[in-house]
Amino acid sequence: MNKIVSLLCGIIFGIGLVISQMINPAKVLGFLNLFGEWDPSLAFVMIGALIISSPSFHLFKNKEKPIFSSSFSIPNKKEIDKELIFGSILFGAGWGLVGLCPGPAITSIALFNVSSAIFVVSMFIGFYIASKTN
Amino acid sequence: MNIVNFTPISSLTGGLLIGLSVALFFILNGRMIGISRIASNFLVSKKNRVENLLFLVGLILGPLIYNLISGQEINISISNSLILLVIGGFLVGFGTRLSSGCTSGHGISGISRFSLRSIISTITFMLVGILTVLIIGIS
Repeated sequence: MNKIVSLLCGIIFGIGLVISQMINPAKVLGFLNLFGEWDPSLAFVMIGALIISSPSFHLFKNKEKPIFSSSFSIPNKKEIDKELIFGSILFGAGWGLVGLCPGPAITSIALFNVSSAIFVVSMFIGFYIASKTN
Repeated sequence: MNIVNFTPISSLTGGLLIGLSVALFFILNGRMIGISRIASNFLVSKKNRVENLLFLVGLILGPLIYNLISGQEINISISNSLILLVIGGFLVGFGTRLSSGCTSGHGISGISRFSLRSIISTITFMLVGILTVLIIGIS
């Protein structure tokens, strides 16, 4: 069941990225263009997501176990370290340069767009190097 | 500031679906969705590899299924500068692994948990994103 849930959740997430237009880098850059022609739409993606995900998390986190798995796996790191800050800065810069973050980048593979394919390959190289050096 | 192209309804609808996906993955599989983590773990770790792969395949099937059901074509507009794409992709990949999360992992899953780390990360990458767009716009 875990595997079917993973596939289904990926599909729902991917459709959400399409409907919200987060898959479109121009839309994302419009959101980040706060001091120019600003498109506030993506704030609504976040609001829509959080009003579902946050109550669900708090309602179920104290249950004995998830429905199809033996235990919950929740990140437990609390420390505000330099990796968190430095990594977030690098990510923000890359996001602002192109307008793609990991979810929309991978989802856009479906569109056979050469630019987004180049971005995804480079992103995976980034994942790999960061995983091997940390 | 001048507001343009505002689409609150479709953005909210898409957001609700993303929230539903995060909620279901947690309630059923017990994990919080973070796409940078899922993608990089698929690459470097054997743990949950099949689940991680299936989630990524699902992401890619999303637009195809949407297209099939709605009959609407999905158009995106993206830079065609090779150097920008390579540098941007690398920064996104390396940065999100260094900070242990991206827009989904920190921005949605982490903020859902009221994690201070995620709130700080989200504010940081949003501000730097805004600053980057501002600098590129000027130059």
